[in-house]
Order: sequence, then structure tokens, then C-alpha cells
Amino acid sequence: MGNSVDSATALVSRKKILGSKGKSREILLKGTGNLLLIWSIPIILFLFWTWLSLTGYLNRLFPTPDELLRTTVRLIEDGTLALNLEVSLIRAFTGLAIGGSTGFILGILTGQFSLVNKILNTPIQMIKSVPRLAILPLVLIWFGIGETSKLILIALSTFFPIYLNTFHGIRSIDRDLLEMGKIYGLSSWEMFKNIIFPGAISSIMIGFRQSLGDTWLILIVAETIAAKSGIGYMATNAREYMMMDVIVLSMVIYALLGSLSDLIAVTATKKMMRWNPAYRRT
Amino acid sequence: MSGYSLEIRHLTKKYGDTEVLKDIDLTIKQGEFVALIGKSGCGKSTLLRAVSALTTITGGIIKINGKSVTAINPEVRFLFQDARLLPWKTVLQNVVLGSPTRSREAAVAALQSVDLEMKANFWPSDLSGGQRQRAALARALVGTPKILLLDEPLSALDALTRINMQKLIEALWQKENFTVVLVTHDVSEAVYLADRVVLLEDGRIGLDKKIELSRPRIKDKDSAYYENLILNYILKPAEASAV
Repeated sequence: MGNSVDSATALVSRKKILGSKGKSREILLKGTGNLLLIWSIPIILFLFWTWLSLTGYLNRLFPTPDELLRTTVRLIEDGTLALNLEVSLIRAFTGLAIGGSTGFILGILTGQFSLVNKILNTPIQMIKSVPRLAILPLVLIWFGIGETSKLILIALSTFFPIYLNTFHGIRSIDRDLLEMGKIYGLSSWEMFKNIIFPGAISSIMIGFRQSLGDTWLILIVAETIAAKSGIGYMATNAREYMMMDVIVLSMVIYALLGSLSDLIAVTATKKMMRWNPAYRRT
Repeated sequence: MSGYSLEIRHLTKKYGDTEVLKDIDLTIKQGEFVALIGKSGCGKSTLLRAVSALTTITGGIIKINGKSVTAINPEVRFLFQDARLLPWKTVLQNVVLGSPTRSREAAVAALQSVDLEMKANFWPSDLSGGQRQRAALARALVGTPKILLLDEPLSALDALTRINMQKLIEALWQKENFTVVLVTHDVSEAVYLADRVVLLEDGRIGLDKKIELSRPRIKDKDSAYYENLILNYILKPAEASAV
């Protein structure tokens, strides 16, 4: 207790001495500290891994950090990485665009019109109950191992989170606001633009984040089982030759892609939801 | 520029088997300020919602300026108990929605009239309860309505803010001269603001009293007389049953 009070007073007096310039430095220090905290576990694991490789504990099944680094540089230089990454990214985003926009549009329709919901709800729930990977054999037989089958698998799995959350978001809009819109003579389009869509956006974004996560998940599976290119193929191919460094590199790339896309989604949500005090913190 | 008249004949409203409004007859002149008071559940909000066509009526007729009400009328504006501002729009964007032509200039002017132009670019969540209600008032006024329906808009505000809002509503009414129907259960608020106080009792009009006090009104013996008269009327049946 006494310690923290001491450090608090020390901080205050230091702030006084340093003035505004010191203040900005303190903010910078705090930001760096925050970053260290966020990345603490990956950094500790990396150090542990390096230590294991230096002491020679690692056998052939585990690549060493410098092996991984050399492989990365090699794959960047010969263009393999860029090529596979591009293929995977195009697959992910095309699939997400198809599944996501279909889910969004159908969610809006079923959310707003009971008749559409009555007709579509049962078939959609039935398809949703079939595990995505159980459809895989069927898709492979029908569409082969070309691009179509992978896009179908991704579109199918990204459809549901966005669909369900859009539907839910629209259904849970404050009735009082809709009544207000009615009395102020808003047209159907204005109602949608000003009340329904902004009211559902936080829910839609939750669905979008979930869909993004599912995209990478299903992409790995699809590229592992049936592909001739892509990061998933790169890993499967490497398995044949026991190239542990390439396998690990593929995992790292998936992890980076997943967290990067999630970060983008979170930033976009915060920007769209800045009217809500709950989203302005952190 | 003057407000519209309001004529209600043999109005009935049923929710299932319950009759909420029973054969209401009420005429409100152009530019008149009428307060509708009564206990909770007496049907005063339903009457207001019927006038604005937010609720369908079971029987009778409602006429605004001689024309029968069939749909929501853009000349009739409604102020709810809660401000009902869109939280994802700034104060100014909210007020713009009240303008039939979606005019920014008119919205700025309306915000000035309620003394809130300095909060134009704030989010509603950054305003106090009174400021939110003033923004809602600006949104209702931006289309220069002929009839303003107020459904207990001040009941959630603290006492001081409420007095300020009462003065603001009175000043705007005197300037624009629209017709006002104010639903409240605060008898002194009704006596302070209205030309006429109408008491609804169990779906019927129990008392219809002109308040003949000069404006600006002050709380004195005369206003106390009206307040007592109305309160005694409201409390009378309860006392009788208690004896």
C-alpha cells in the first residue's frame, strides 16, 4: 500500500518537473508498456523456444528459430510465399464476400419481413445443422478440387454468423425509435438507413468477426484436403518431405492473418460505434 | 400563423374487451394550450396517441382543422416521455430528421430556439436528460407544426430543469402560436401552463376547467385556488369510498 502511494507521489512530482514534454514521453512509455503486456506471452514463448534450440534440446521434429528465419527469407525470395499467400487471400475474401453479403441481405429480409422469415427460417436452420465439414465429400464430388469447391465451403461457413447476427440485430431494435421514425414521416429507405441499419450494426459486426475467424479455419481445411496452391497446401506439401520449418511457418502465417483481420474488424467496429460510450474506452 | 383546431366526437377505444376511452367529446380551439390530466391508466396517453394516428380508434371521429384523421399528419408533432433521439446521430442530425425537407438550416434555427446550438455536434449520450428533451423539442418544432402533442415530456426531469423547460415551452408556444395538448399528472404544471385543464377519469371527461389567469403566470393564491379545485375533484371519489 505504502509503496504504491510513494510511487504515485513520485509520479506526480516527476510530471511537475518534466512538464508537458515529459508528459508526452510518459504517454509513449505507457504505450510501449501496454504493447509489451499484450505481446508478453508470445515473447516469452519465443525466448523459451530460442533457449531450447541453443541448448540443443530440440530434435529434428522442431525447427530452430534461425532455420525458420532462413526458410522464410528463402520462400520470400523465390516468390513461393507471395504466390501462396495471394491465392489464399483471394480465396478467403471472395468466399467471405459471397457468404457474408448473402447472409447480410437475407438477414435483413428475414429480420424485417415476417413472411420471408416464415419461408426461409426452416431451410436455413436445416442447412445450419449439417456440420460444414460433413458437406465436404459432396462438394468435392460435385465440384472437384478446383476453386469453386473451396469458395462454396468458405461461403457456406461465413454465411451463418453474419446471417444470424443481422437477423437478431434487426429484430432487437428499439420499437420506440421505430415509432418515432413513423411519426416523423420517414420513408422505408430512410427508416432503414437512419434507424434499422445503424441499430443493428453492432450485432452485424459481431457476426462479421465470427465469420472472419471461420474463414481462416475452413480455408486451412479446404487447402489441406484439396488444393494445389495456398498456404494450407504449402503446409501439407511440406509434411510429405518433413519440412518442419515450412509447416511451422504456415501456422505462423495463419495466426498472423487471423489476428490482423480481427484487429481490422475491431477497429472498424469502434469507429462505427463511437457514439456509444461503451466503445470509446481502451 | 396559427395552430390547427382539434375536434373529437364520440371517441371510443377498446383494447380487447377493455374500454379505455368511453365516448369522449372534446373541442380544442386554434392555438389553445390544453392540459390533459388524470391518474395513470385513465386513458390520457391513449387519447393523445389516437389524435396522432399512432393508435387506431374503435369508434367516433377525430378532426384536425375540419379534416378527419386517417394517417399520421406531418403538421402534428409528438414529444414522448423519453427523448427518443437516435443515439448514433449527432444532436443536429437528429433534429434534421424532424424537418420535412431535411433542412440543415431549419434544424440549426430550431436548436437555437431551444438554446442548444452549442451542443449541435454532440452525441445524445453526452447530453443531460434536460438537454436531450430540449433536442427532442427542437426536432418536434423544426417542421413548424400546427399541433404539438406532449406526452409527459417533463416527468423524468429534475425539478429545476423542469421549471426551465416549462418556461421554454410556454415561450415557444406564445411565439409560434401552435395548438398544444399536454398530458401530465402534475396538477400545478397543468395550471401553470394551460389555458384549460381537462380531467380524464376512467375513460371519460370528468372536469373541463378554464384557467383564467394572466401570463406570465406566477404561483400565488389564484393559482393555488385552481390547483386545489382540481385536486379536490380528483381525490373526491377516493375519499368518499374511504369513509
